[in-house]
Amino acid sequence: MSRFPAVAAALRLLVLSLSLLSTGAFAVERQTDKVRPPEGIEIGMSTNEIAITSDFTGADLTIFGTMTNIDDYLQQIGQYDIIVTLEGPRVDTTIRRKERVFGIWINTEQMTFSAVPQSYSMTSTRVIKDIAPQQELASLNVGIDHIRLFAANYFGDIAALDDFRQAFRRQMLDSGLYQTNPGGIRFVSPSLFRATLKLPANVPNGVHMVHAYLFKSGDFVMETKLPLRVVKTGIEQSLTEAAYGNSFLYGLSAVIIALTIGWAGSVIFRKD
Amino acid sequence: MTIYLPIAEMSVNILVILGMGAAVGFLSGMFGVGGGFLITPLLIFYNVPPAIAVATGACLVVASSVSGAISHFRRGTLDLKLGTLLLVSGLAGSTAGIGVFALLRSLGLLDLFISLAYVLLLGTVGSLMLIESLRALRRIAKNKAVSLNRPGQHNWVHRLPFKMRFKKSKIYLSVLPVIAIGFLLGILTSVMGIGGGFIMVPAMIYFLRVPTGVVIGTSLFQIVFVTAYTTMIQATLNHTVDIILALQLMIAGVVGAQYGVRVGQRLRAEQLRALLALLVLAVGLRLAIDLVLTPKDIYSIVTGGHA
Repeated sequence: MSRFPAVAAALRLLVLSLSLLSTGAFAVERQTDKVRPPEGIEIGMSTNEIAITSDFTGADLTIFGTMTNIDDYLQQIGQYDIIVTLEGPRVDTTIRRKERVFGIWINTEQMTFSAVPQSYSMTSTRVIKDIAPQQELASLNVGIDHIRLFAANYFGDIAALDDFRQAFRRQMLDSGLYQTNPGGIRFVSPSLFRATLKLPANVPNGVHMVHAYLFKSGDFVMETKLPLRVVKTGIEQSLTEAAYGNSFLYGLSAVIIALTIGWAGSVIFRKD
Repeated sequence: MTIYLPIAEMSVNILVILGMGAAVGFLSGMFGVGGGFLITPLLIFYNVPPAIAVATGACLVVASSVSGAISHFRRGTLDLKLGTLLLVSGLAGSTAGIGVFALLRSLGLLDLFISLAYVLLLGTVGSLMLIESLRALRRIAKNKAVSLNRPGQHNWVHRLPFKMRFKKSKIYLSVLPVIAIGFLLGILTSVMGIGGGFIMVPAMIYFLRVPTGVVIGTSLFQIVFVTAYTTMIQATLNHTVDIILALQLMIAGVVGAQYGVRVGQRLRAEQLRALLALLVLAVGLRLAIDLVLTPKDIYSIVTGGHA
């Protein structure tokens, strides 16, 4: 993705001017009122759409952001923390478990989790367990361990539910669809930061959501989000669209191709 | 060198796929079979999802059967009436099979069912073929005449009602066993991705007493249409035909088949059948082992919910 450096440069300019504006406003405010307004966080991307070619093998996505109304002293001693996540489109996802029946491995149990993100990429200023307490992160659904896995039609025992959840997270991590990059956020200036998220090779199509969370001394301050549309391009993508959108024509062409190749082969190799 | 399969949603080595196609094409040319029953298990061994392997296998059989079907049609070595009856029942069977396929898929039992069906079918057919060809080889060693077809003998099949005259085959036969064979093979095309020639040909010879001269042409006629129809339905309803995968296999297969035919002409029919039987048994055994071995992960996430 050669387009990202250009994007980054444009963003840097944009966000810098933004942060200048906000610090200016802050300076004025300070003269009139001693009460500090609450801190805020803003993020920006040059585009809300990424086109991915079919030979895509994964890439880094850079997001710029700025913190507003921060206390310079607290920032210097590292009391501000940021977590940025990229959540893929949500779908109901089924997971199955095999069991040995008469010597053969058979899918015997299954569970469907409602509206689970198909991909999840996270980066932060530090390892997230050092940023905020577990309960805080869990209530925000931040972190792979805290993505809500709700089995809508499951009334079995809780231990099995937990096994399924663990297996799901393990497999998503193994496939690269879920990944974390602790320490991928760097401060460019005291208030301006740059977050690097990893896009997996198999990043799903659709509308993703970039979330940025601001924490102060372990407490959640605020969250902001931006949509990001991922569009795959190339011949493979057009074929996938044809297979699902124009499935009859797709099937017909498959048959015509098969008939042509089979017939052509016998003509080309005919001995007489 | 890898290529991405858009429907199977996986990257594969193009050389492996071409090699597989060429090998199966070679064998199908050598033994005169469609090759669906070889390519589907091979694709499963290569971790292609079984549902995709089956539908793509059916598409491949279209390519490997069409040239044979055309030449038999030109020479008139087929029974069009018998073929049409087999075809109509085959289409009905294939439609029913697609329903079974979709149902098993939603229950998460499709992969298991495909493997079990292959183990059962390959095991049975392989053993029967091996026994039969070994007997034939022994008879030849003793210099006895080989008689595959025993015309004049009648069995219970010929006592069934709803008889119909098939002029080309010179037989007067109940339509019931014909419909049953066509329907059953149609189901197998849908759920296993095979044309079923290696079942239909012996069934027609031994069961229906169809003269050997028209058997191959008639079965190829039925197979081309049933596999083409199955490919269409699989693509339309289940979205399981991977055109990129099929294309590579077909091109390699068509080339491989030409060489297979040449080698096949040099070998004796009984030796060929014994070799094919061993191959069939080996594939079946490998699938059986995979069913019994403990999987790497007993959990599996179901993919394929496309936006």
